[in-house]
Amino acid sequence: MTYRRPIPLDPPVNFETEPFWRFAEEGRLMLKRCGSCRKTHYYPRGHCPFCLSDDTEWHEAQGTGEVYSFSVMRRTDIPYAIAFVTLSEGITMMSHIVDCPFEAIAIGMPVRLVFVTSEGGQAVPVFRPDNG
Amino acid sequence: MTRNAKACIAGIYEHPTRLADDKTLPQLHAEIALGALRDAGLEKKDVDGYFCDATVPGLGSLSMAEYLGLDLRHTDTTETGGSSYVIHLGHAMEAIAAGKCSVALITLAGRPRASGVRMLGPSIYSSESPELGFEAPYRPALVSLYAMAARRHMHEFGTTSEQLAWVKVAASHHAQHNPNARLRDVVTVEDVLASPMIADPLHRLDCCVITDGGGALIVVSPEIARSLGDRCVNVLGHGEALKHQRGGEIDLMHTSAIRSGRIAFEEAGLTPDDMDYASIYDSFTITVILTLEDLGFCAKGEGGRFVEDGNLISGIGMLPFDTDGGGLCNNHPGNRGGMTKVIEAVRQLRGEAHPKVQVPGCSLALAHGTGGNIAVRMSSSTAILGRMDA
Repeated sequence: MTYRRPIPLDPPVNFETEPFWRFAEEGRLMLKRCGSCRKTHYYPRGHCPFCLSDDTEWHEAQGTGEVYSFSVMRRTDIPYAIAFVTLSEGITMMSHIVDCPFEAIAIGMPVRLVFVTSEGGQAVPVFRPDNG
Repeated sequence: MTRNAKACIAGIYEHPTRLADDKTLPQLHAEIALGALRDAGLEKKDVDGYFCDATVPGLGSLSMAEYLGLDLRHTDTTETGGSSYVIHLGHAMEAIAAGKCSVALITLAGRPRASGVRMLGPSIYSSESPELGFEAPYRPALVSLYAMAARRHMHEFGTTSEQLAWVKVAASHHAQHNPNARLRDVVTVEDVLASPMIADPLHRLDCCVITDGGGALIVVSPEIARSLGDRCVNVLGHGEALKHQRGGEIDLMHTSAIRSGRIAFEEAGLTPDDMDYASIYDSFTITVILTLEDLGFCAKGEGGRFVEDGNLISGIGMLPFDTDGGGLCNNHPGNRGGMTKVIEAVRQLRGEAHPKVQVPGCSLALAHGTGGNIAVRMSSSTAILGRMDA
């Protein structure tokens, strides 16, 4: 069984996060890095959550990582696998695992970035098994 | 010995309803306020401080103050989800100690069942919440996020579904004696595992009930408590703490109970070993296991083994917990369990819990509230309570 579930909910986009979603349309997952303390954070914001500096810049994630944890929501019309994925950059983000049977998902599984489209047509980052 | 306390709980009331389809939200607040005042032996005119969450009708506490006809010189509408009422208790204690009020009323009421709520979706409180775009598209149902904590706990520590189920089994053993409990049937580990999978590894019976109703507390100064007799309970220590995703440094294996518990135990000069009884927030079975570890009742990772074999069942185990049946079986009014945690701890200390679950000679107890969602943004609050003569 292979599946890729549509994202029914469009992400709200505002002028603080608009670049993230514009880059997503190009197939790029962007993170924010602080120009002051140099730490990378997620979700992206105008001020660094570690030092509160407003000197934050976008940089592109490698798009690889591994499953930190996951759960398959069964009590819904079309079940889906929600997950926290730890990126190679070291930060962990909420996402979905797609393109594989639920039974194949495991903590520690290597995953790679793909994008699915929300109902309103916005590209949203999710992850699929990374088979090298 | 007699311990010093900055404030005392003089009145408690848990609304008996679990489905309030014939009452408005303000009516529920009024009924529980009246119940707690009668329990304390006080009158409405004695109340000079009022504490409530952000789910009350109107702007902050203003509409409820008017509806209830309260004459106030102090108010606090701290909102941290299900832990709010444990935090209100601590804030009332501080306000009383500072002389800002002397009789504080804390109310919680909700009617999610009457409103048709059947499962809690993503907690979206504001269209301007900064995390919204990075979470809502993934449909993070409340149970899904707790399920991910459970999954990770299994991975790191070998915790099993059977161990999670033991938490529910203990709650059900207590709920059978509570005529108001939403679920009164005793269940087995096998029953929990045979219930439908909601968000793996959590089954339906790993989840708390959805109920209407509410509860109230009356918190008073030690001077007033002395005039009211020996049913008052001392607030000996209190702590609160918040935790969030820390810019992506996510850690599902710890809750903010680590900090709130340490602060509360230090203030009380007591340790987990001193507790005769514990009210532990039980939105899901995994919530209890993580919280017991973080409060220091067992080591990190040992929570699953700690709850096995009825260790939380009154009369059987080492740590009687949630003897009213908890949120898992009795009541989770308005999807918020902190109020009932304090109420059952007070019942235990008064010796007024059901005789089948009363802890003999209960003199020191803990009540812990958890708010928000342990996987993303959460709050913890811990109260250490004791009998006046403890």
